[in-house]
Amino acid sequence: MSKTLIRGAKVLGGEPRDVLIDGGTVAEVGVGLSAEGAEVVEADGKVLLPGLVDLHTHLREPGREDSETVLTGTRAAASGGYTNVFAMANTFPVADTAGVVEQVWRLGKESGYCDVQPIGAVTVGLEGSKLAELGAMHESAAGVTVFSDDGKCVHDAVIMRRALEYVKAFNGVVAQHAQEPRLTEGAQMNEGVVSAELGLGGWPAVAEESVIARDVLLAEHVGSRVHICHLSTAGSVEIVRWAKSRGIDVTAEVTPHHLLLTDELVRSYNPVYKVNPPLRTERDVMALREALADGTIDIVATDHAPHPHEDKDCEWAAAAMGMVGLETALSVVQETMVDTGLLDWAGVADRMSFKPAQIGQATGHGRPVSAGEPANLTLVDTAYRGQVDPAGFASRSRNTPYEGRELPGRVTHTWLRGKATLVDGKLT
Amino acid sequence: MQRHLISAADLTRDDAILILDTAEEMARVADRPIKKLPTLRGRTVVNLFFEDSTRTRISFEAAEKRLSADVINFTAKGSSVSKGESLKDTAQTLEAMGVDAVVIRHSASGAPYRLATSGWIDAHVVNAGDGTHQHPTQALLDAFTMRRRLVGRDAGLGKDLDGRRITLVGDILHSRVARSNVDLLHTLGAEVTLVAPPTLLPVGVETWPCEVSYDLDSTLTKSDAVMLLRVQRERMNAAFFPTEREYSRRYGLDGDRMARMPGHAIVMHPGPMVRGMEITAEVADSDRCTVVEQVTNGVSIRMAVLYLLLGGNEPAVTHARTTEEK
Repeated sequence: MSKTLIRGAKVLGGEPRDVLIDGGTVAEVGVGLSAEGAEVVEADGKVLLPGLVDLHTHLREPGREDSETVLTGTRAAASGGYTNVFAMANTFPVADTAGVVEQVWRLGKESGYCDVQPIGAVTVGLEGSKLAELGAMHESAAGVTVFSDDGKCVHDAVIMRRALEYVKAFNGVVAQHAQEPRLTEGAQMNEGVVSAELGLGGWPAVAEESVIARDVLLAEHVGSRVHICHLSTAGSVEIVRWAKSRGIDVTAEVTPHHLLLTDELVRSYNPVYKVNPPLRTERDVMALREALADGTIDIVATDHAPHPHEDKDCEWAAAAMGMVGLETALSVVQETMVDTGLLDWAGVADRMSFKPAQIGQATGHGRPVSAGEPANLTLVDTAYRGQVDPAGFASRSRNTPYEGRELPGRVTHTWLRGKATLVDGKLT
Repeated sequence: MQRHLISAADLTRDDAILILDTAEEMARVADRPIKKLPTLRGRTVVNLFFEDSTRTRISFEAAEKRLSADVINFTAKGSSVSKGESLKDTAQTLEAMGVDAVVIRHSASGAPYRLATSGWIDAHVVNAGDGTHQHPTQALLDAFTMRRRLVGRDAGLGKDLDGRRITLVGDILHSRVARSNVDLLHTLGAEVTLVAPPTLLPVGVETWPCEVSYDLDSTLTKSDAVMLLRVQRERMNAAFFPTEREYSRRYGLDGDRMARMPGHAIVMHPGPMVRGMEITAEVADSDRCTVVEQVTNGVSIRMAVLYLLLGGNEPAVTHARTTEEK
C-alpha cells in the first residue's frame, strides 16, 4: 500500500505536525516523522481537517443529469474538501424506494471521489400524504438512516408524527424542510422591507418558525430525534435554543449562504440569489452565526442545488430556487466564522465533519485526525484569498451567488481513505 | 434622464418635472388638427406585452405614432412565448430586427429591470407595468393630472406637488400603481397617505415615505386628491376581506363620502374601475372624477418619456427649453 507524508500541517489549526498515511489509514501523527517510502506533501502551515461531511446535497441523478450527476457532484465535493455527502431524495424518480436509493448509492461507489449516502424520502413522491417504505430503504444496501422530503415540507402534523415515531425502530432521523405551505404560496423571497418594495411574493419567517416549533414539540412528545434543515431566521434559532434547553433531541443545520448573504441582494432581481428558504436580513445572518458558534446550530450543510444556466438566465419569477455550494462552503465558513473570530478550526471540524457524520451515522467519516483512523482528510490553504470563478467549478452547474466575490481559503488536497482525490487544487 | 425608465424611484425631482413639462408641450400637439410630430421618424419601438393590457398598450401605441415612430406590437398570446420561449430569446429576436426601444409589460416583477441590466439587449427599456412592482408612466400621468388640477396648467410648469395631500385607497399589496405613486409623489413633495384594510398592505410598508391608515373617513377631509385602486374580486376568496359589500362599505367611495372631501379635491382612478366595489357610479361620473382625463394625459406623458429617452436633446415641439444637463 502507498504511503503519504503530510509534513508540517496544522492539525485542526493547532501546532504543525507531520501526518503519515499508510494505505487507507492514518498511521502516525507526530513531529519529524520519517518520509521513507512515502510521497511527501509539504503542508507548510496549511490547516488539516477531517474530510468534510455534507448532510444536505442535491446530486440530481437520476432525472436531472443536465444540472448534475453523481460523478460531477462528487467531483465538486472533493474539490470543496468533502469526503462524504448525503444526497437528497428529490430526484426523478424520487428516492422513495429501496431501488432508487441503491442506484444512487452504487453510482457513488463507482465515482470514487466521495462517499455518497442517499437520503430517503419520508413520503411517497414527496407528496406528504403516504409514508414511503422507510424500513426497506434502511435495510437496502444503501443503509438509509436519514429521511427527508427536502424541497417540500412534511406539513401534515400526523404524517410528521408517524414518521418521527416509525424511524425510531432503526434509529433513523427525519430531516425537516420547515415551510408552512399555505403561508408560502407564491413566495419568491423573504417577506419584509425589500419584498414590499420589489413587489415579490413574501416568504415570511413565521412559515419556517411555526413548523420548527411544532416539530420540536412533536419530537418531544413521541421521544424521537428530529433534524431541521437549513435554518434561516433569528426566530428559528430561538426556538431550537429553547428546545435544546428543554432536553428535546433536535439538531439543526445552516447553509453557508445564509451565513453571508442577505435579501438586499435581491434588489438586483438576479436569480442567482433566489433560494429556498430565501436569503433573510442582516439581523438573521448575525443570529445564525452566533448560533453556529454557540452550538445551537449543530452543523453547516451546503444545500448544494445545481441548476442549468437557462433556469437562472431569466426573470426572477420564472427562475429555479437554489445555489451550488460544495466548492465554496469552506471559504464562506472561514469568511463568516473563522476570520470573524467566532469559531476556530477545531470548531469548523466539529460543525462540518464530526457532527454531521454523527447526525447521519456515517461510518468512517467525521473521525479525529489520529493514528488508526480512516485517512479521510482535507488540507486547506487558509492564507489564500481570491475571487470565485465559476468557470473553474467541477460541478456541472455554475449557479453560484459568489461569482467575482473575494473569499478566503482554498482546499488544496483531499484524501478519501488515503487516496488523493484532489492534489494542489486539481482533481485526480 | 437615464437610458431606461424602470421605476418611478429612479427619477429625480428634476427628471420628473422635465417629463411633466415636456408632456404639457406634447398635450398641445393633441389640440392641433394634425396630431403628429416627426421627432421619432425612422425609429422603431416594440410594445412587448406579456400580459393582457389593451388600455396601456393602446396608449403607448398612440404616443409612439404621434411621434412618428415605427411601431411593432408583440403580445405573448399565440406567440413563441406561449410555446416556451424565454424572455431573453424573445427580446434578442426583436432586437435583431432593429428596435430602438422596448416597451415591456410583464407579470413578473423585475422583468424590465432584468431586460435592461442583463446585457441581453442594447435597446432602451420602458416599463409599462411589471408584476406588483412598478408602473412608472402611470405614476407620471397621475402626477401630471394632479398638477394640472391642483396647481394649474400654466401655473404648474416647472413646479412640483409640494404639500399636496394625496390619498391612495385599496389593494396596496398587489398594486404596482401604488408603489410607483408613492415613490414619485414623495419625490415631488406631496404628502401621501395609503388607506387599506391591513390585509392589503405589504409587510414592510412602514418604511415607505408615506402615512398609512386603516380608516378612509378620517383621511377624506384632509385630501386634495383621492385615488382609488381596483380591488379584484378574487382577493375575497383568499380571505383578504370578508365580502365585497363589507369592502365597499368600509373603503368604497360613494357620494356621501365624496361630499366630505374639500371642495377643490379630485377623485382619481387608474382604471379599469369596478363600479359598485371601490367607486359608485355617482362618483365615477361626477365632474370631480378625472378618470377620462388621466387616459388623455397618459398619451402625453408617454410621448414625453419616449421623446426624452429616444429623441436626444432636440427641442420636442417649438421653442428650446432651458433645463440643466442631466
